[in-house]
Amino acid sequence: MSNKYIGESIKRVEDPRFIQGKGKYVANLSIPGMLHAAIKRSPYAHAVIKGIDTSKAEAMEGVVAVYVGQQMKDDGIGSLPCGFNPPDIKTAPHMPLAVDKVRHVGDGVAVVIAESPYIAYDALDLIDVQYEPLSAVIDPKKAAQPGAPQVHDEIPNNVSFHWPLGTREEINAVLASADKVIELDLVNQRLVPNAMEPRACVAQWDAFSDEMTIWTTSQNPHIIRLLLSLATMGLPENKLRVISPDVGGGFGSKIFHYAEEVIVPWASKQLGRPVKWVSTRSEAFVTDAHGRDHVTTAKLALKNDGTFLGLDVTTYANMGAYLSTFAPMIPTALYITLFSGLYKLPVIFGEAYGTMTHTVPVDAYRGAGRPEASYMLERLVDLAARELDMDPIELRRKNFIQPDEFPYQTPVAMIYDSGDYPKLFDSLEALGDYAGLKAKRDAARAEGRLVGIGISGCIEASGPAPSQVAVGLGAGVGLWESGVIRVHPTGKVSVMTGSHTHGQGHETAFAQIVADELGIPMEDVEIIHGDTGRTPFGLGTYGSRSASVGGTALAVSAGKVRDKMLKIAAHQLEVDVEDMVFDRTTGTMHVKGSPEQSKSFVDISVAALMANNLPEGVEPGLEETTFYDPSNFTFPNSAHIALIEIDRDTGQVSLLEYAAVDDVGKVINPMIVEGQLVGGIAQGVGQALWENCVYDEQGQLLSGSFMDYAMPRADGFPMLKVSRNETPSPTNPLGVKGAGEMGTIAATITVANGVMDALAPLGIRHIDIPHTPQRIWQAIQAQSNGH
Amino acid sequence: MYPPKFDYYRANSIDEAFALMGQLGDAKLLAGGHSLIPALKLRLAAPSALIDIGRIGELKGISRNGSTATIGALTTHATVAAASDLPAALTEAAGWIGDPQVRNRGTVGGNIAHADPASDLPTVLTALGATMNMRGLNGARSVSADDFFIDLFMTALGEDEILTSVDVPVDGAGTAYAKLFNPASRYAIVGVAAKVSVSGGQCTSARVALGGLTPSAVRAPSVEAALVGKALTADNIAAAAAQVGGDLDDVMGDIHASEEYRRAMAPIYVQRAVSKAAERAG
Repeated sequence: MSNKYIGESIKRVEDPRFIQGKGKYVANLSIPGMLHAAIKRSPYAHAVIKGIDTSKAEAMEGVVAVYVGQQMKDDGIGSLPCGFNPPDIKTAPHMPLAVDKVRHVGDGVAVVIAESPYIAYDALDLIDVQYEPLSAVIDPKKAAQPGAPQVHDEIPNNVSFHWPLGTREEINAVLASADKVIELDLVNQRLVPNAMEPRACVAQWDAFSDEMTIWTTSQNPHIIRLLLSLATMGLPENKLRVISPDVGGGFGSKIFHYAEEVIVPWASKQLGRPVKWVSTRSEAFVTDAHGRDHVTTAKLALKNDGTFLGLDVTTYANMGAYLSTFAPMIPTALYITLFSGLYKLPVIFGEAYGTMTHTVPVDAYRGAGRPEASYMLERLVDLAARELDMDPIELRRKNFIQPDEFPYQTPVAMIYDSGDYPKLFDSLEALGDYAGLKAKRDAARAEGRLVGIGISGCIEASGPAPSQVAVGLGAGVGLWESGVIRVHPTGKVSVMTGSHTHGQGHETAFAQIVADELGIPMEDVEIIHGDTGRTPFGLGTYGSRSASVGGTALAVSAGKVRDKMLKIAAHQLEVDVEDMVFDRTTGTMHVKGSPEQSKSFVDISVAALMANNLPEGVEPGLEETTFYDPSNFTFPNSAHIALIEIDRDTGQVSLLEYAAVDDVGKVINPMIVEGQLVGGIAQGVGQALWENCVYDEQGQLLSGSFMDYAMPRADGFPMLKVSRNETPSPTNPLGVKGAGEMGTIAATITVANGVMDALAPLGIRHIDIPHTPQRIWQAIQAQSNGH
Repeated sequence: MYPPKFDYYRANSIDEAFALMGQLGDAKLLAGGHSLIPALKLRLAAPSALIDIGRIGELKGISRNGSTATIGALTTHATVAAASDLPAALTEAAGWIGDPQVRNRGTVGGNIAHADPASDLPTVLTALGATMNMRGLNGARSVSADDFFIDLFMTALGEDEILTSVDVPVDGAGTAYAKLFNPASRYAIVGVAAKVSVSGGQCTSARVALGGLTPSAVRAPSVEAALVGKALTADNIAAAAAQVGGDLDDVMGDIHASEEYRRAMAPIYVQRAVSKAAERAG
């Protein structure tokens, strides 16, 4: 099969409208009669609500209504649900507007509905909330200690769940008999996702049809509709339509069902008018689900020759004040299951405590559990190389799963699909010029400069699967995806996917797949997504799943279309269907060996409409649907290297060189994949060097704006060298693996290892990320003062 | 981000601005809007009216009279950064403010009238020995940079005055600005501006100012005294820079840099700024 589009760097078809300012975002939507919502939020991390006086706000001209949480509760509005519930999990209600108590700064307590957003925000200042402040707990490990302030009565000691994998006895035996045990306490700091577009929601209640339409900035509108129906609003699912139009980035933070997605439609129903809410950037910092926030103790057992024997990890994962939609899945099924990395690691014990604190809820953020796993493991591997005085790449090579060992069953449930890790590192050593980097580092060190090389080898599990296992572990939904291909009588094609694009480029990549599968021009294929009224149920976009799951659903549907078209063509040419060929370069169907006996794609599209000459048992029309349920994750893998220099006087880090080789399986659009990797690397370096969500002991967010929360900027980077090794995934017919998160997963640990290598000559073993100048300077001072 | 309600007036001349200031109670002057508008949107400020002086032509541009450059208050940071005949400390500091969008809108006058303690220009203008020119209903007056920056967000500019221009001496001395950036805001955690003159191999005059550490930009008299009369060798500069601690009271700390770290960085950036200024002094 020769592809015309797959594998080509086709320019993104969505970009002209974005760069010309023609994107249709929720915040752009205006409906006649529309009202505007603003939400009064708690300035306290933990407080009893003694009373709320809304009378002055209600009296203000232009204010239509002011509502508090009790009114919503009295009307039967339900708790925002948690959709991943491992055995013995303890949960507590999460009302869209707090009732009785607030549990984090930013928790909503009242909503103003007004004729303009200006009036709504003015009225917020007139709401008088009486609070009785209580002490707060911020740290996930301290939260579980006796005497810590309690977040919910329903969750004693703030421990929502404990999720172990492996056995304590087995790992203890390995640790006791190993030549060496490398130990590390680390913090994987909390991050704020900061998608470019803040969240927004518009709701319109139609009292004539009893139908609710909600436009929301979601990565998965069907899941939002399901949860609105099942859990929060209680409206029939068939009377709810959820639309996610153009969405400006998510990084995971737009997966979840948020309070505003309940408050806004409920208010619209109360008032019989459309209502709009658009998050301010300040609100985004205190309401969008945060990421990471682990406190971990890890031990790697190994032989003196470097052979890995076992891994023992205990993590306290901060869940924040409420369990967000998929929060418990992140430090469990998407974290501990990745502990084997690229290695043969015979015995693994991992456990996570999910603890509640008085902070913004934490949930999936680009990588979601997998960056935390790779960071922990690859820090240990680097420390092991130093203690054994081995080259860090040699130590990794010694323990790699070999190319002939796939499919490979790890001790932590995963079955890796494919990969060639030795070759991956061959490519990296060539691309990054490892020998040259070592020479540069050593020369710089001889001059007294602090220069280091950072290396990482990371595994990802993308396209979470299979449904059977996930639901068994506690997921409330399966992990399949839908794809519909509708061939119009003129031969033009509409594609409906349950996946959602908010920067990934589905409108291009999915059109490339369908056009190649059907042998038609890409221009004839339109991708429709993000609207429960126009697409079949789908699970949306998260976990680097769109190409491998959503793309495969489309490829399978295309196959069904081809089969039906061939049957019709064979019938009309009066030959057996087995004697026919579908030419996927031209979309024509012809008799084997007789290209002149053919029917064009349009001929058969028309024939399916006319329906006057169809084979027996073949229905008119050309529309095929697939609900594809993958049998396994796909396992992208990566090798990254960086050259780092530290200013000894100030602790400032410079990233001098960076090279990356990633295996994301077969590639549909290399330009889009490169964009994903480069953007992902920038985001990962952000965690290593700059981004840090900081709370004080009272639970006030100190890094609550871009004045204090440092995002990565272009001037912090050298030109990134990005390359790929392709080992096709045998799990799906396209051979693709996820590409959306690999860069982020790998870059944090690559740069962190580089910083620590630069500091190694000073005897500094570990500094927690982000590696800010102050932290590095303090470590250098402590070392030179003999501490 | 929705600001509270305010009335908007545009002044087309300085006199019109004064007339509006007289009529309106708690009005604020709007220039480039890069400090005031965010404050309004965060509801940290709620004036009843804004008087937009942003289009008053006589407040824009850079002119030269002998050894004095006069920078109109409405001159943007981008214009200053691109100027060829201003002291290097000033052009490099202006070029490091925010990002291109900020530099294209933000103005010199707005920046220094706002007097953010981490802002770059107050530090540089203090080291350069600049003079702030302002006008009020009772006439014009001038205040040296040393006396202009009083405290956190507080200057010598009166409620009923408009900052019209800044005079900067352009006298051939070597100048430089060295800055430890806040990685988020790009304001200075530590910003040091230095101006040195050298004659016969010896430093004949030195002005050194620091910003980002204390509530307002401050001179470093101990450092200056230690430099004058010495050859500007690396050792002498380092020895002088080591004196800076005594010139710093009330050093601030935040999540990016503790007081201890800021104090430790001060001599390093003094050294960097003075060394570069010395090179430029020739």
